[in-house]
Order: sequence, then structure tokens, then C-alpha cells
Amino acid sequence: MAGGGVRPAALPRRQAWRLAWRAARHDPSAWIGAAVLAGVALAALLAPRLAPMDPDTQNIVHRLLPPGAVSVGHRFWLGTDQLGRDLLSRVIFGSRISLLIGFSAVALSAVLGTAIGVLSGYYGRLWDDLLMRITDVQLAFPSILLSLAIVAVLGAGVRNLIAVLALSGWVGYARVTRSRVLGIRQQEYIDAVKALGAADRRILWRHVVPNVLPSMLTIATFSLGGMITAEAALTFLGLGIPSNIPSWGGMLTDGAQYLSVAWWLATFPGAAIMLTVLAANLLGDWLRDALDPRADAG
Amino acid sequence: MQRYVARRLVQAVFVLVGISVVAFALTHVIGDPVVLLLPFQASQAQIIAMRHLFGLDQPLPAQYLAFVRAALHGDFGLSLRQNTPAMSLVLDRVPATAELACAALALAVAAAVPLGIAAALRRRSIVDRAALLFSMIGQSMPTFWLGLQAILLFGVVLRWFPTGGSGGFRHLVLPAVVLGVFSAAGILRLTRAAMLDILAEDYLRTARAKGLRQVTVVVKHALRNASLPVVTWIGLELGTLLGGAVVTETVFSWPGMGRLAVQAIFARDFPVVQAAVLFAAMVFVLATLLTDLMYAWLDPRIHYS
Repeated sequence: MAGGGVRPAALPRRQAWRLAWRAARHDPSAWIGAAVLAGVALAALLAPRLAPMDPDTQNIVHRLLPPGAVSVGHRFWLGTDQLGRDLLSRVIFGSRISLLIGFSAVALSAVLGTAIGVLSGYYGRLWDDLLMRITDVQLAFPSILLSLAIVAVLGAGVRNLIAVLALSGWVGYARVTRSRVLGIRQQEYIDAVKALGAADRRILWRHVVPNVLPSMLTIATFSLGGMITAEAALTFLGLGIPSNIPSWGGMLTDGAQYLSVAWWLATFPGAAIMLTVLAANLLGDWLRDALDPRADAG
Repeated sequence: MQRYVARRLVQAVFVLVGISVVAFALTHVIGDPVVLLLPFQASQAQIIAMRHLFGLDQPLPAQYLAFVRAALHGDFGLSLRQNTPAMSLVLDRVPATAELACAALALAVAAAVPLGIAAALRRRSIVDRAALLFSMIGQSMPTFWLGLQAILLFGVVLRWFPTGGSGGFRHLVLPAVVLGVFSAAGILRLTRAAMLDILAEDYLRTARAKGLRQVTVVVKHALRNASLPVVTWIGLELGTLLGGAVVTETVFSWPGMGRLAVQAIFARDFPVVQAAVLFAAMVFVLATLLTDLMYAWLDPRIHYS
């Protein structure tokens, strides 16, 4: 099979991407989602240049200023928090940790879940039974509670948070991959490749994995929003990102404490979360319809 | 059908065993229970005495069996803070959680199902687009943020409802609505998709061709068949909500299981955490089992795959 040979998986895949591109041109919500997400990513990358002030500089003189207020020659567009830090700068810097954790957790869980799904679907039998029951167990746990408990035992921190989130997110990939692989395995071209003497590993990498990738990308895009929300929720509850790193969830914890005197603290960081998650979901919606025509177009 | 029920029961038992292993591992393998239980300044002698007291000098499998034997009797040990059995602390909170979960789900179903049907019947209309937009935004809003905004507007500014705690009906409104919005978003999407699927079926075209009125077609033929996936989803959602809406309960200081569990985690009260996590997981497994069995009963075509 070296060079040339049978490559039945390649053509439909390229077609799928072309179809996706064509669909995007006529779907404004996809563009909006992509643009917002790109904007957030840019804000995260260029935070030190974009932010008008240092996000950690405290100044008790201008504490809890409302949005648009001017104090000592500075204008605070989104107001200041209880320590006099500029909320706009903090929201901009907060995008860094949200995206870092979101993307890392999504990547880890996608790789883990896809691998488990491929093994489960391709090798079947005992493997399959065991792995699928493990996904049942995973699904039965209230994920936020379990994550909280694990973080409480292991200790808070960025790395543990990513690990815990990844661990709670792999099930979706595993289930979808498994059912897709079961379908692919029965296709005639797989029999043909087997008859040509291809090894299992080659079949998996060359023919199975490329076929499940579009679905995985769709799930990954959707779960990016879920991961960002989950991270913010854990941080909001007090067991996530340490308070010395500006994070949207942590800002909302402050906001809850000063709810009756400073509405802006509880409003803008959450709006940033919602916009980012909404953008990821819009993009996911479009990807699902475009890359995965067989999937439910709800 | 009988074979399906039998296999499904075996599967549920397996999942329960898996859950007990994870709950056990949480405190006995990932963390050292004695270190978790004792104050930080405990001496080495105290640690060894405690180990022996709890049977922690036994091999892990023996410890696990002891854990399961006690758990089967509902015994998760005493709460480290309140000196009451951990499980009874959890059970005390069940009514509050159930009240909130049922109210939220009832609101969600009442709003989302009719809207989903309307959206499917008038596809690409203003109603449809508005419904999709609502469900998109509903699923993108973090519940704790929506909760804070609701408290801000209706509790702090307008003063229509209390900002937290429990009591009468007025305390229930905000948390139920906030929790309901997220559920509603999912139910709405699913109802719409299920209706669209069914409306495209041949037998509905036949029903219309017979000259039946649109109302009759929708109510008698489409709704019943579209209800299957929606009912399943609602069953699963109830199972999840009964496990304690951790975030919503915390934001509104609602005295349910979720808030108890969070407080227990911060107090390092691990018997209570374990009891709460296991209880929530068991409720979920039971809800899934019942939903699946009901599904099989409603739709005779289902068999185990």
C-alpha cells in the first residue's frame, strides 16, 4: 500500500471541508461565533498591550468606582473592584486563564476520549464492555461535585484543574467515536484494506481516525464552552484558580460579595464568560451541521 | 423485553459497583483518610492509632469490602463536624433539593415543550428563530452568573423576591427560574428536533392527505411519537437535578444537598462528601434505569444493543 493504492477515505473528507466552507459563507452566526472567539483569543495574547492598566495594581483611593468614572486622571471604563483595581484590565487578563484551561482541558479530554472510543469500537468484546461501563459510571457522577471533591483532595491549582476537567469530559468523545467506529468497521473498504494485508495500526490511523475527526472537532468546539463554564464555576465556588491570577470566575466571587453596592463586579466578568461560551456554541452548531451531515440538525 | 430488563438491571448493578469504587478511591487512595480526618498538627502516634481504629492498616481490598458492607447499611460514618451520621445529614436535605428540582423542571417543561412544538410547526419563522436564540443563549449562560443577575435585578433593585435562603413560595421563585432556564434550553432544542423528525414521516403526510385537521394530526399522531426522546431527556434531567444543583443552591443559599456537599468539601468533612456524592450518583442511576425501562415499555421496538 506504499504510495498510491486505495485511499477511499481521502475524497469524502476533502469534500466535507469544502461543503463546510460553502455553508459558512451563508451562515452569519458561524461568522459571528468565529469572530468573537478570535477576538477573545487576541485579547488573551495581547493582554499586556490592550489592557489600559496593570490588572493587579491596587489603589484604595479609587475603590468600587462605577463604570466610566474618572479618578486621579484615569478613566475606568468598567469601573473598579473593592481593591481599586481596573475591572476592564482584569476582564482582559482573565481571558488568558479561561482560554488556557479551556483549550488544554478540551485537547486532553478529546485525545483521551477518542483513543478510548477507537479501542472500544475497533477491538470490541471485553474491552468494549468494560470501557462502556466505565463511561456509565463517569456519567452517573454529578461532575461538578466530583471535580470539587477531587480538587479538595489533590489541592487547587491550574494543573490539577485541567486534569480534573479533562477527566470529566472524555465520555462524549468515547461514546460517539465508538459508535462511528462500529459503523466504519463494517464498511467494505475496510475489508478490502484488511485483505491487502494492512495491520490494525495502519487501518486505525489511516482509515478510522480520519473518519471520526470531524465529529470530534464538533464535540470539542461545544465542550470548549462547557469547560470554560465549569472552570469558572469551580473558581466561583472557591476551589479553582488561585486568587492571585485574574480569572472571570474569581471576579464573580468578589461580585457576589459586593452585589448590593457594585453591580458591575458581578456583571461584566460573567458577560465575558457568556460571550465566549456563546461564540464557541455558535461555531459548534455550524460545525455540526456542516461537517457532520448525518448528525441531528436540531 | 424480559431479556432487556435483565441486562439493563445487571448493567445498573455494575455501574453502582463502579461508583462505590470511585467513592472509595476518592478518600482511601487519592487522599489518606487519616491525614484528611486529623487536624494538621496531629502527632505520629495519633496517626498510627487512628489508622488502626479505622482498619486502615488492612490491605486495600479488605478495606473496600468493609466500606461497601457499611455503605449497604447506609453507614458512611459520622460527620466530622456535627457528630451525626453523614447519610442522615444528606437525607435531611433531600426535600429542599427535590422541591427546587421539581419546580425548576416543571417550569422548564411548561415553557420549553410548547415553544419547541410551535418552533417545529413554523420552521424558519420568527417564533422558530426566537426559540433557537433563546435556547442558544440559555445554554451559554453560566447558571451562577444568571443567578447573580437575577438576585441583582429582582432582589436588590426591584426587591420583589428575597435574595436567598428558603422559606415560602417567594424564596423558591428565583432559584427555580434560574435553574429552569438551563434545562428549558435543552428541552426546547430536543422537542423541536424530535417534532421536525416526526413531521417529515410518511404516515403524517398520509394523515394530512386523509383530510384530518392540523390540530388532530399534531396532537394525535405527531406528539405521541415525538414525546419519546423528550420524556427520556426529562427523566435524565430530573436525575441530574435531584443530585443537587450545586451552583444554584450555593448562589441562593438554598439548603439542599448540593450546598451541603460544597460546605462539607470546604470543612474537609469527607464522610458527608462521600455520602452526598454516592447518593447523587445512585439517584441518577435509578432515574436512568427507570427512564430506560419506561422507554422500552412505551416503544416495543427497543431491544438491548
